[in-house]
Amino acid sequence: MTRTNLLIKLSPWLFTIGLFVVWEAAVHIFNIPVFFLPPPTAIAQAFVDYSGPLARNSWITLQTTLIGFALAVGFGMLLGLLVGWSRAIYAGLYPLMIGFNAIPKVALVPILVLWFGIGFVPAVLTAFLISFFPIVVNVATGLATIEPELEDVLKALGASKLDIMRKVGIPRTLPYFFGSLKVAITLAFVGSVISESVASNYGIGNLMLQAQAQFQVPLIFAGLVVLAIEGIVMYAAMAILEKRMTGWAQRSGFAQA
Amino acid sequence: MTVSEAFVTLDGVDHAYAGANSALAVEGLSISVKQGEFAAVVGPSGCGKSTLMKLATGLQFPRAGSVTVAGQKVSAPVKIAGMAFQAPTLLPWRTTLENLLLPLEIVEPHRSEMRRRKAEFSERARNLLTSVGLRDQGEKYPWELSGGMQQRTSLCRALIHEPQLLMLDEPFGALDAFTREELWCVIRDLQAARKITVVLVTHDLREAVFLADRVFVMSSRPGRIVVERKIELPRPRDLEVTFTPEFQDIVHELRGHIVKARQ
Repeated sequence: MTRTNLLIKLSPWLFTIGLFVVWEAAVHIFNIPVFFLPPPTAIAQAFVDYSGPLARNSWITLQTTLIGFALAVGFGMLLGLLVGWSRAIYAGLYPLMIGFNAIPKVALVPILVLWFGIGFVPAVLTAFLISFFPIVVNVATGLATIEPELEDVLKALGASKLDIMRKVGIPRTLPYFFGSLKVAITLAFVGSVISESVASNYGIGNLMLQAQAQFQVPLIFAGLVVLAIEGIVMYAAMAILEKRMTGWAQRSGFAQA
Repeated sequence: MTVSEAFVTLDGVDHAYAGANSALAVEGLSISVKQGEFAAVVGPSGCGKSTLMKLATGLQFPRAGSVTVAGQKVSAPVKIAGMAFQAPTLLPWRTTLENLLLPLEIVEPHRSEMRRRKAEFSERARNLLTSVGLRDQGEKYPWELSGGMQQRTSLCRALIHEPQLLMLDEPFGALDAFTREELWCVIRDLQAARKITVVLVTHDLREAVFLADRVFVMSSRPGRIVVERKIELPRPRDLEVTFTPEFQDIVHELRGHIVKARQ
């Protein structure tokens, strides 16, 4: 490995550590009170003190997010295929979807609570509702951008629409689909945490809300760090999945440069 | 050569695409290509050459007039045709060999026999690749091949189901001059060996004259055939023929017709 390569490998760690060092120094130099912005060391201390509740609640948030995300993947893929299948369905559903996507999902939580009570179900559904949209759009885009010449080649052979979908449409949609998963999983976290902070007794969102009520500012930040870590891990998992499933679409050196 | 009765006939065809303004793409288009003949269609851009392709393969149906292929009025996609375009449109997730097998997964009767005769079909695909100079390239992915090699693959894909009619829409337009001439020879030899009927749509007059038995010149939009020119250069033709005065004269003459057609 050359020096530059080593540097590139190490640089995410160096930058992260750098951020925390600057943060710690700034807090001490400017004498910022802990209840305003706690230094990383105080956050680390909160991790030690509240390891039990943090672990329990982060596990709940992770579960909630993943179930909501799984629903979004299934539903988003189906709806995307449907929208990409026919221009009429596309024209009909598109304004509805845009409208729905424009609604801040936090505004839906009270309705979900009305229907399902507070707790687990509204959080799962919020995660689902907020994250399916990018999947639908990407799957539909993949289908809409099939080369017309290729369609002609196959149609001239008597291929049905289903044939074209199976042989060309779906495989060519996969890179778009897996790309959208990275966006969707991050959004799913947003959804579950929103719902947890508004209407739940569990999860990191709820834990942060309680910490705020008790003025335990380092614990609030510990909650944020937990969310960031879960987000990074799931994003990385999606990125690896994308690379494995659609290596043929990622042969360009552009992204690696 | 078995040049016999008309194989592809368009008779007084008018066609406009649905929607937008219904300006005609072709009007009173009549053309007749004999079995085993190599026909080339040239014309100014936007003259409806591609519309002609779609009509002859049953991807579009005429507003007026009739289209007949192999003695039958065209009312559905013509499954005995293979097509290739300027863009090779290979599937990047399939190897070259798998790309070639795609038509067989679609068209009957091969479709239902795919499982049983896979080995035989693969063998056929490999032979076809060998015949266009792509021996042992079957396991590569399309993006590992050069532009010319991709276009050869695209030609093979058009031929894998052994069609009686080959429709080519500017298949060499995106290639450099040397590769283009190489592929002229490939298609010349394929046609000679298989006695297949070919309709080549092109901008390139040298290409048309070198390959075709007859060249049709289309007018500008709405397109129709304004000139039909028999090319009586002896076959087999060598690339050297393109430098003879005889050849140049025909190209020059056709060019005159195109210039007139553009006005």
